[in-house]
Amino acid sequence: MFRSHVLVCGSDGAVLKNLVDNMNELVEKYRLKNDVKVLMTYSLTGDDKISLIVYPEGTQYFNINLESMERIVKDHLLNGKIVKDLLAHPEEKTEEEIASETEFINRQFRMVLKNCGNIDPESIDEYIAQDGYQALGKVLTQMTPEQVVAEVKASGLRGRGGGGFPTGLKWEFACKSKNPVKYICCNADEGDPGAFMDRSILEGDPHSVIEAMAIAGYAIGANKGYIYVRAEYPLAVKRLDKAIAQAREYGLLGKNIFDSGFDFDLEIRLGAGAFVCGEETALLTSIEGKRGEPHPKPPFPAVKGLFGQPTVLNNVETFANIPQIILKGAEWFSSIGTEKSKGTKVFALGGKIEHVGLVEVPMGTTLRKVIYKIGGGIPNGKKFKAAQTGGPSGGCIPPQHLDIPIDYDNLVGIGSMMGSGGLIVMDEDNCMVDMAKFFLEFTVDESCGMCTPCRVGNKRLYELITKITDGRGTMEDLDKLEELCYYIKDNSLCGLGQSAPNPVLSTLKYFRDEYIAHIKDKTCPAGACKALINYEIIPEKCIGCTLCKAACPAEAISGDPLKTHKIDKDKCIKCGTCMAKCKQNAIIKK
Amino acid sequence: MKENKGVCFTETPEQKVQMDAVLEQYGGDESNLLVVLQEAQKIYGYLPIEVQKKVADGMGVSMEKVYGVVTFYSFLRTDPVGKYNFSVCMGTVCYVKGAGLINEKLKEVLGIDDGQCTPDGLFAIAPTRCIGCCGLAPVMFVNDDVYGNITHNDVEDIVEIYRKRAKNL
Repeated sequence: MFRSHVLVCGSDGAVLKNLVDNMNELVEKYRLKNDVKVLMTYSLTGDDKISLIVYPEGTQYFNINLESMERIVKDHLLNGKIVKDLLAHPEEKTEEEIASETEFINRQFRMVLKNCGNIDPESIDEYIAQDGYQALGKVLTQMTPEQVVAEVKASGLRGRGGGGFPTGLKWEFACKSKNPVKYICCNADEGDPGAFMDRSILEGDPHSVIEAMAIAGYAIGANKGYIYVRAEYPLAVKRLDKAIAQAREYGLLGKNIFDSGFDFDLEIRLGAGAFVCGEETALLTSIEGKRGEPHPKPPFPAVKGLFGQPTVLNNVETFANIPQIILKGAEWFSSIGTEKSKGTKVFALGGKIEHVGLVEVPMGTTLRKVIYKIGGGIPNGKKFKAAQTGGPSGGCIPPQHLDIPIDYDNLVGIGSMMGSGGLIVMDEDNCMVDMAKFFLEFTVDESCGMCTPCRVGNKRLYELITKITDGRGTMEDLDKLEELCYYIKDNSLCGLGQSAPNPVLSTLKYFRDEYIAHIKDKTCPAGACKALINYEIIPEKCIGCTLCKAACPAEAISGDPLKTHKIDKDKCIKCGTCMAKCKQNAIIKK
Repeated sequence: MKENKGVCFTETPEQKVQMDAVLEQYGGDESNLLVVLQEAQKIYGYLPIEVQKKVADGMGVSMEKVYGVVTFYSFLRTDPVGKYNFSVCMGTVCYVKGAGLINEKLKEVLGIDDGQCTPDGLFAIAPTRCIGCCGLAPVMFVNDDVYGNITHNDVEDIVEIYRKRAKNL
């Protein structure tokens, strides 16, 4: 038994390894070798800053270097005193507030992420020590495939990748098929910008996904599985590779697992940078080595999927729920969450928010709690404007809906969607028309080009919205925009096209006044659309310090020292450097 | 089909040996096409028409199919890349925090557009999709070096680091 555990958190393996070595030397030096265990883990919060966390206190230290580590060992581990100045923002904190530092973690409900950051993801033994592979053992020795499917079905688990289709139902379709060859696939092609839940699970707890896939294989009668991972996630691929090798070595993958006669093995397939491959039929085509273009459904993959065989495709987070459902039972799982959405959901909280990182909360938690209680609110005293969920397929949630319990159906009801779990917070400086344009640019670029409504329609949407942000829009354009949105939604082949207009529709619904301001007043209320803003110097405030003139990259500012300066609007490139430099707040954005 | 005008394709003996080994290992199964192309890109750095032809012949797949796959996926490149590749993350979080400005500045400093390479073959700009480092937003990559929490005012200094490094080569 160790008195304290020190977790070295971050994302760069080589750097962390060094720190762990240094820390171990220090622990040795202060004769704490039998009391303190040093572990290298992936980041608890999913961000990439290097930090040390000391348990059981849960104190998180930043600014880690040799000297600060020595202080942590000497003061905290040896003398039991928290090293205050190494905490985040120490200067403005009281004792109670230091305790609340850990609230970001404590106010969550960690089920899927329970191991992430708490175990060494590259060690199968640590996973096994946390009840790992017990669920697989239970399934293979005590349950029939039908019982496994029934358990998952009873749990009410729904797909965490976006659509929210009941997982048990999917398994049941595939289970009933008499086909001798079936496949299990894991969708780890986390393409929504701003979403990194799956990456964190794969990097922090890869064995949970492997175990779940083996369980799914047993349930539907498949002996082979594929994990399709984005090429943008090299560390996740490396850890998965290692985890698969360890599982094979322990006989948890391969032939005759647990002496049950059940064979199952896994292969990793790398994506190659195509967003549409997150769509299930496109993903399967891509595993087959072809252009990742989607197919019409039906036939659904559970009937005719990979290589034409029945296939179950679930996303990473969905799989990560499975082992615990098996171990603790469907009843336990379905006691968490709301009536139609069971369990928890992991959100990647980002944007204009105090604490960026992964947040796991029971379904039905309000957005207000996630943003203000867990996320710590909006920085710099700015006002909350909207939260964006569901990435390029989702929509914006305005302040009036902050108290709606988040679940699949409520989000769809207010014009957004759960999506994979990206949750991007926007403040008053973000222009909603510009946001809609940003997502459209993404979908235009990522449309595979197979069907016309998506390929041409979204391009036209993008042009219309650009016209508006450039100040050339008319009120008729708004009607055209809306009409085209519904046309694209109704006529596109796959999920990408069907949901691409959502960001436009939801911003039109809740922030129509911003569109109108761009069209009628030719202004951008948030000051984000470059074509519509101008920088001006207030003569009364300018003291002629020449700072702005010196900083201007376009040489657009003129004026003699100690005299009022002036910005030449024709030369100005609207970069905002002058406004940032001015110490008198004499430059305004209009 | 796009011909590569700038750099002529050449193959070293080591590359040939490596490529033959890849075709030997995966070539028999058509469903490995994407895997083979990914491996080929690791070996040659990009996939010019000559390499695509090699893959088509080696796997017994039509050239049309190979070209179709190569042009579908954005990770597969038909043009050579620069010695130093500047990639600004264009994920939503980075964008909200000013990644657009950073990329504009980068284009201005290097004098090239997205997806282009400077004539000396040293620098290229290729904005990337969300890399999931949202905690560091906005993020820019130069090859494997990560620069987080930057602003457009840092761009010139960062480029200068690599200009110096290129000189010392």
